Amino acid sequence: MQLARVTGTLVASVKADGLEGVKFLIVQPLDRQQQPEGHPVVAADGVHMAGPGELVYIVGAREAAQAMPNTFVPVDHAIVGIVDAVEALE
Amino acid sequence: MKIGRVVGTVVSTINAPVFDGRRLLLCDLLDASGRPEGGYLICVDTVGAGAGEAVLILDEGNSARLVLGLSAGPVRAVVVGIVDQLEVDGELVIDEA
Repeated sequence: MQLARVTGTLVASVKADGLEGVKFLIVQPLDRQQQPEGHPVVAADGVHMAGPGELVYIVGAREAAQAMPNTFVPVDHAIVGIVDAVEALE
Repeated sequence: MKIGRVVGTVVSTINAPVFDGRRLLLCDLLDASGRPEGGYLICVDTVGAGAGEAVLILDEGNSARLVLGLSAGPVRAVVVGIVDQLEVDGELVIDEA
């Protein structure tokens, strides 16, 4: 799982079966200093509450679909939590 | 499996239900010489790992769910051990003992 910042929203009227009602957000993956790292990706909102500007954590690959109500869906990135704080332990 | 070092925690109130009551650790990934290789993972803690400890990380969904006793859930990275020693090419690169 990685940190990411929500930067936008995506709307698609025509989509694969099982994706009805799923909210898509554009997220920018972050390194652990919370600086942008790599390319933005489209992630399904697995918590139904994330919005632009928020710091979230995302899960990638097959596990992303497990965040959806119907788990057999074509989703490869999902937001699984909204971050309140990242606390350094050093 | 990967080797990491615990550098922080991630606190979250709104999350997928599988993360309720679980501790999330921010872990730097280490290379074979025990140094940070640049990447990191947010992992669910299953062993009570603490700050600065070298840990064994599992980054695969099915195994992660097995370890956590879940049949389903969007979880992938799990801390499954605390590393005492790592020896590579006859050299002790991590020695926490």
